[in-house]
Amino acid sequence: MTETLTLPQVIEPTIFELSSPGRTGVTFPEPDVPRSDLPAELLRADLPLPELAEVDVIRHFMHLSHLNYSVDGGFYPLGSCTMKYNPKINEDMARLPGFLFTHPLQPIETVQGSLALMYTLQEWLKEISGMAAVSLQPAAGAHGELTGVLIMRAYHRDRGDHRRTKMLIPDSAHGTNPASSGMVGLQVVQIPSDSRGNVDLNALKAQCDETVVGLMLTNPNTLGLFDEHLEEVIRTVHECGGLVYGDGANLNALVGVMRPGDIGFDILHFNLHKTFSTPHGGGGPGSGPVGVAAHLADYLPSPIVGIIEEGTDDLAPLFGFIHPPRSIGRVKAFHGHFGVLVRAYTYIAMHGAEGLRAVAENAVLNANYLRARLQDTYHIPYNRVCMHEFVAEGRFPGSDVRALDISKRLMDYDFHPPTNYFPLIVHEALMIEPTETESKRTLDAFADAMLRIAEEARTQPELLHEAPHRTPVGRVDEVKAARDLVLCCWFPENQ
Amino acid sequence: MTYIPNTPREQAEMLATIGVSSIEELFQDIPPRYRYPKLNLPPALSEMEAAAELKELAENNENVRDHLISFLGAGAYFHYIPAAVDHILRRGEFYTAYTPYQPEISQGTLQAIFEYQSLMCALTGMEVSNASHYDGATAVAEAVNMAYAVFRGKRTRIVISPSVHPQYRAVVRTYVQGMGLELVGDESEANALQSPFEIESLIDPNTALVIVQYPDFLGRLYDYTSLVQVAHAQGALVCIAANPTALALFKTPGEMGADIVVGEAQPLGIPLSFGGPYLGYFTTRKQYVHKMAGRLVGETVDQRGQRAYVLTLTAREQHIKRERATSNICTNQGLMALAAAVYLSLLGKQGLRQVAELCYHKAHYAAQRLSQIPGFSLAYREPFFHEFAIRLPRPFEEVQHHLLEHGILGGYHLGADYPSLKDHLLIAVTEMNTREEIDYFCEVLQEVSHD
Ligand SMILES: Cc1ncc(COP(=O)(O)O)c(C=O)c1O
Repeated sequence: MTETLTLPQVIEPTIFELSSPGRTGVTFPEPDVPRSDLPAELLRADLPLPELAEVDVIRHFMHLSHLNYSVDGGFYPLGSCTMKYNPKINEDMARLPGFLFTHPLQPIETVQGSLALMYTLQEWLKEISGMAAVSLQPAAGAHGELTGVLIMRAYHRDRGDHRRTKMLIPDSAHGTNPASSGMVGLQVVQIPSDSRGNVDLNALKAQCDETVVGLMLTNPNTLGLFDEHLEEVIRTVHECGGLVYGDGANLNALVGVMRPGDIGFDILHFNLHKTFSTPHGGGGPGSGPVGVAAHLADYLPSPIVGIIEEGTDDLAPLFGFIHPPRSIGRVKAFHGHFGVLVRAYTYIAMHGAEGLRAVAENAVLNANYLRARLQDTYHIPYNRVCMHEFVAEGRFPGSDVRALDISKRLMDYDFHPPTNYFPLIVHEALMIEPTETESKRTLDAFADAMLRIAEEARTQPELLHEAPHRTPVGRVDEVKAARDLVLCCWFPENQ
Repeated sequence: MTYIPNTPREQAEMLATIGVSSIEELFQDIPPRYRYPKLNLPPALSEMEAAAELKELAENNENVRDHLISFLGAGAYFHYIPAAVDHILRRGEFYTAYTPYQPEISQGTLQAIFEYQSLMCALTGMEVSNASHYDGATAVAEAVNMAYAVFRGKRTRIVISPSVHPQYRAVVRTYVQGMGLELVGDESEANALQSPFEIESLIDPNTALVIVQYPDFLGRLYDYTSLVQVAHAQGALVCIAANPTALALFKTPGEMGADIVVGEAQPLGIPLSFGGPYLGYFTTRKQYVHKMAGRLVGETVDQRGQRAYVLTLTAREQHIKRERATSNICTNQGLMALAAAVYLSLLGKQGLRQVAELCYHKAHYAAQRLSQIPGFSLAYREPFFHEFAIRLPRPFEEVQHHLLEHGILGGYHLGADYPSLKDHLLIAVTEMNTREEIDYFCEVLQEVSHD
């Protein structure tokens, strides 16, 4: 058989293909100082960057932007990711010159505004979560987990307790939980879920002994369910000397309604890019502050913002950095994702206690509404009142349609698909998280599309297998990508 | 409520469909005594009130554009960011999307990351780049994780130069706490001005990784080729943490033979923003790609025969490998990688070189002028790029106080990290500093030397 070589059609050339020698998009002034000699033996021969005019660059990235789906463009029910609407004011606030043009190492007297904002945000997050102390340093949820696991390890070791090497993690957990524990050299023990989607208490009890570092628990869990025995789960771990880590990815279900600290979580990370609506940026940046109960406050990553000199009636306090005495150390350079913190601060300031409660209530209402509209058509394996999300099965008896097909077909109806194939304990998982910022009208349109797709699965399954039909590109060849490994359109040998 | 569209009537309709009579019923699994705590938060602000409050906070800072003349660098640099960069970043199609899990509706983000990967390879002289890490410090820590994985945990020594950024070294120490690794090279800071090549004697057959910085934290530029050879002779990998602006002019770490090149890419179009969000870049050689952390975009085709991009080699990552993944990273710095890609595309071959040359000439002018002031002297004679160290004739605090009174941020106090460099100042000069500012800086320092 002879293969005909056809070159792929190009939707948008790469920035290298658009390059035209001699162009530039920016010019800079001539030096206003005498030129100094450059160290000849240290110079590079060529700088192989592309050459474009400003208009070329703008059009290129505009074209690329048109190929993206986004929250600003439509409904994005990506479970576990809390793709809520991102208020525009937050973007403007993060770009105020007083914030944008401050260097992280300026003397504290010159950055009291930034420090006051960080201090207040720490206080607010403490109040919202019921934790005793908060560090804003971690860069994302997973980074908060690593921080938390290091704190757990340090706490036990400080007490001379070197036997504890086991981290208990439910089978519904996000992959970052075991990965974070693995990075700290702990042994991960998986705890199964029971038939109602809770932590299996007997299995948990069987593992709870003097070798347990703790339990990493997502609550509500990744099925969108609040654990019905939460108090007992926490008590069981505490009784064997373990600590309970809360993965706060799902805090959108609880803000203003319940404080994880009150029920006994020892550590909790926040995902500001989920609950507090800082944008996801096409993959980041996020921010993953960590809150701890009083007995762990001394272990937080250093530094955190504190009051160095108390204020008086007419004098503001002096804010500065403090170093917790038993700190696990730094987890990143400087002080965290400050620009993200500004957005979260603005969001909380505009909500207040009642507004945050309304966030959780409407997130939960929207999820249950969708669940109610879909439950007769899609099998929902743990079908009880859910929190901010729920997980349906993307398969039908006697049909070879899969969750992936349904997801791709949803794109033809102009919706972003739910999260696929997570959590791992549900077959063909479709994890649906609508968030509170969606209206009933949007939810109805999505539910109608889901019902229609179920009908299509019965009558025209090939329509789903071949979907999407109306997107800029069709299904892509992932095997080829992994085999050819073209990761770069610039190669040293081409120079 | 501000961002909640549903009206009470719609909420009532939804409750009826669900079959419950109140929203509170949906929270029945929460033990009642924990339900609805009273939160002590300030009353909600309207958008105009919030904007006023934030403006006031921001104005409580003195910033380096409007109030202060800054010579502060030490890992974060004040560069000019062309207007076009933020115009692209502000496109909702980019900043309100997430990780491009669904390639059919994410080609914009995917191609932008692919271009970012390519640009970083071109800049560093390396073969593969991932889609980003949180910052320069965590990128160095991830290099340690990768080296550990390359040797399957059998090599347990990490050699790190004392002239790697002190905060990066601190982060590496935090990360390795449970890994059973031995970190050597920077324990004794008796002589901070020692050459980074001194660590060569610590490289042994148990060494997994050697870490140096380029230019180093003190600003010095070295060709690390011979150090790389020494490390390779012992079978160890070498990680060079490099400033990306410097790479516009100077020999690439790729040419020196580095196995991993990482760093802080904030200088590439990302605002200072009080320390973040920034951009950790991570590049390596193709042979190590399976051990590399983070997202990776590859080129492929779609079923219609069009060129397309997709996240690839995902089996390395936490959602599949779980506790055996090389890293736990999930959310990364996507938007910052876009900023760097737009910045590098705009400046291009000529522009980036121009910026680097401006930095070089201005820094050298400043160094020359400063070293002529009685009592001030350059701390070393090695070549440098845009940052250098000087010895002060008086205690740092005094000098800093005097400079601040004249609206100048003089630089970073090296004594904070290196006891042997008490009263040494690390001074960064970029294209943002005019000759006038440099001359004024010298004048004000002259006063210190007289007092
Ligand atoms: C349940 C859960 N835990 C942890 C994480 C990790 O958070 P991040 O992506 O911010 O690192 C996620 C993120 O998607 C998540 O859904």
